[in-house]
Amino acid sequence: MDKVTAGIDLFRNKRVASVIRFSGLFGIALLVFAVVLLVFGKNPIRAYVDIFSATLGSSYGFSEVLVKMIPLALTALAVAIPSRIWLINVGGEGQLFIGALFATWGAINFSNLPAWLFLPWISILGFLGGGLWASISGFLRAKGWASETISTLLMNYVAILLVNFFVFGPWKDPESANYPQSIPFPDAAILPSFFGSRVHLGAVLAIVGLILFHFVLSRTRWGLEMRAIGINQEAARRNGISTYRYIILLMFIGGGMAGLAGMGEVSAIHGQLRPSLSPGLGYTGFLISWMAMGNPLGIVAAAFLISVITAGGDILQMTHRIPGAAVHILMALVLFVVLARRAGKVGGK
Amino acid sequence: MMSSSPLLSLRGITKAFPAVLANDHVDLDIFSGEVHALLGENGAGKSTLMKILYGFYRADSGEILLSGKPVQIRSPHDARGYRIGMVFQDFILIPALTVAENIALFLPNLPFILDNASIVNRIEEISERYGLQVNPKALVWRLSVGERQKVEVLKLLLADAKILILDEPTRSLAPHEVEGLFQVFTNLRRDGYAVAFITHKLKEVLVCADRITVMRRGKVAGTLPGSEATESALISLMFGKTIDEFSRKRSETPLEGRNPFLELKMVSTQPEGTGWGLKDINLTIKPGEIVGVAGVSGNGQKELGDVVLGIEKCSGGAKNLGGQDATHWSVARVRGRGVAFIPEDPLSMAAFPWLSVQENMAMANTHMYSRQRGLSMDWEAVRSDLQASLKRLGFNIPPFYVPLGILSGGNIQRMILAREMAHNPKLIIAFYPTRGLDVQSAVAARKVLVASRDSGAGILLISEDLGELFALSDRLVVMFRGRIVATSTPKDISMKDVGYLMTGSKGEYGRSG
Repeated sequence: MDKVTAGIDLFRNKRVASVIRFSGLFGIALLVFAVVLLVFGKNPIRAYVDIFSATLGSSYGFSEVLVKMIPLALTALAVAIPSRIWLINVGGEGQLFIGALFATWGAINFSNLPAWLFLPWISILGFLGGGLWASISGFLRAKGWASETISTLLMNYVAILLVNFFVFGPWKDPESANYPQSIPFPDAAILPSFFGSRVHLGAVLAIVGLILFHFVLSRTRWGLEMRAIGINQEAARRNGISTYRYIILLMFIGGGMAGLAGMGEVSAIHGQLRPSLSPGLGYTGFLISWMAMGNPLGIVAAAFLISVITAGGDILQMTHRIPGAAVHILMALVLFVVLARRAGKVGGK
Repeated sequence: MMSSSPLLSLRGITKAFPAVLANDHVDLDIFSGEVHALLGENGAGKSTLMKILYGFYRADSGEILLSGKPVQIRSPHDARGYRIGMVFQDFILIPALTVAENIALFLPNLPFILDNASIVNRIEEISERYGLQVNPKALVWRLSVGERQKVEVLKLLLADAKILILDEPTRSLAPHEVEGLFQVFTNLRRDGYAVAFITHKLKEVLVCADRITVMRRGKVAGTLPGSEATESALISLMFGKTIDEFSRKRSETPLEGRNPFLELKMVSTQPEGTGWGLKDINLTIKPGEIVGVAGVSGNGQKELGDVVLGIEKCSGGAKNLGGQDATHWSVARVRGRGVAFIPEDPLSMAAFPWLSVQENMAMANTHMYSRQRGLSMDWEAVRSDLQASLKRLGFNIPPFYVPLGILSGGNIQRMILAREMAHNPKLIIAFYPTRGLDVQSAVAARKVLVASRDSGAGILLISEDLGELFALSDRLVVMFRGRIVATSTPKDISMKDVGYLMTGSKGEYGRSG
């Protein structure tokens, strides 16, 4: 019995220890970036003060952080959901683009639908687009024909080219002075925003997605079976759990999440389909999901962190005349933190 | 022959783990040129003692003397420096590499540029001499459990170990392989090696050990020369009392009128890796009978079990379950019809170490325990079923909320047994069900099988232990290279004949049926 409770304590301590270690390592990342700023001849303390006051110190700044978080939380979910059974979905970016593509198709072709149906229909199309795109990779993997890691990665390029094809070709807005973009969405196809900020309804979708993910995983039969596959696929098969079905299904749902992110961006932020739809949101979502190790609350925390850093990059550029790309150094340092933590895990057990 | 002073002595070794005193002032002498068996129940402290000797654990107190001189063994690396080598129960091979590469990795002073040919030659030479045939160029993941063990032993021999420690080496070997291993022991003894091996199989000890040390609850209960040891003397040392070995009762009800629950008709499968595919298997199992499958591991037994379970697809032939055509059923559907599966290696084939005990219990019947079409799970029902099943089997009840992985290997096997027996299965596929269990638990597990048989379950018993097969089976089939080469009953065939058939040194008996 003592041995048993000791094991439980170890679990708890591990969780606490990992939070402490993560915070410590994040502190180191900030310190190293401070040295970089010093080399640039900037005052790191003022830079950090500016970053944090501009993002967290004003309601506008904070709302912009939230706006950035919405697609990141969704693309992180797109990675986290399949990762439960060790599927590595690197295709969040492409799934986001296809989601946006489907949503745009809905927005410019179904504007005669009643208002109560129009937005849900566009959302469903966005989900379907990302989901179907990802389930191609899921199907190939379930059949044992191709690794989902490779196929999702390669299909990103295909997806972006597809969107380019439409905005340069059939869907190009004739009044756009040759910009490659679709016609603007009708007003009824714009996701509503809250409190006069740019925080849009996608936030609700992301939160619902995170809660559902947690609930399904911890409470339901499907969650139990998913965890089982994640721990021991051989035993799961012998217990009659269909790994084939789960591979395709989880890729579909994950891709659907990224598709929703694309729908949100195109509908609430851009208002029309553009090739510059996403500054690598899908890849950043991948980073976030692995930082959080697939944990829903962790995804929120990591998405918040990354959003503050990217918003901080804009601030540095505007107020300190540091190239906006400099903030990528900080982002890379954070990535190292994640890798260091993972390496520690591998070494420890 | 045995020299007068011990090659290796352990003196007063004590090792405590949280809540367990694993070794309590243990003294042990090992001489060169002897085969020393360490006998005891699960958890008697045998493995701990040997791991201390190998530098895997450090003793809290006590000393280790090598040729009379005290030595400090702080790590397996130190141990190997003193020419002590150990084969663990869970092998430490790298599946993606070949046999030769795995062995090369273990060798000291490996040159910068690998001379594969010479390593392969040495492997072939040594494996030839000791009867440990393995293809040096085979990838380890393609090897059977038995073959992997051979690689582990070869590793030590090539690395020049002088004292060999083997933790339950016979656990995964087929009978003739066990004999081969004992032959290896004999050759090593002749060359002056010292062999210490852990086991809880009495018969093996009596066959091959020069001396036998029995451990009980962390202490040495006694040491006997092999020539003076008897089964009952060892049992009383092991348990402090004698226990009833299971006595066989045949079910008296005639089976003639019953329809078979399982029918395989001319079933074939595609061969995979180095294994044999099944060829034209005809097999029926009626309710209330145990059909034993004898065979050297890797001759199609695994495929046979997998075909019945539905993991492996038939490339030809048909499978009927309960009178319905089940050739293309999913595993879930097969299980839903009342087929239980007791695997060879529960940790890799049946259990989920990071899920709790009760979650593991639910896993074989997730549909049955889910409520609201899957939205929630009825843990109350899971717990009460598990409790009832454990009680019926006479096993201890562990806490249900802890991760299964922290239980001992034997307890994990018991939990899986309890899970599979919980719902009165109609057909039980038992894959080496007593492997790794101590004597008492093995007796309990056999009783479970017989009790299920008597209450009307059909049982497909795949075992390496011919004694077990002969004691339990109503009918026996022998497999060789994917075929059933003989069908008989324990009364009508001798163990010796089965042994010949298993190894392919005798023609086919009456054709399968």
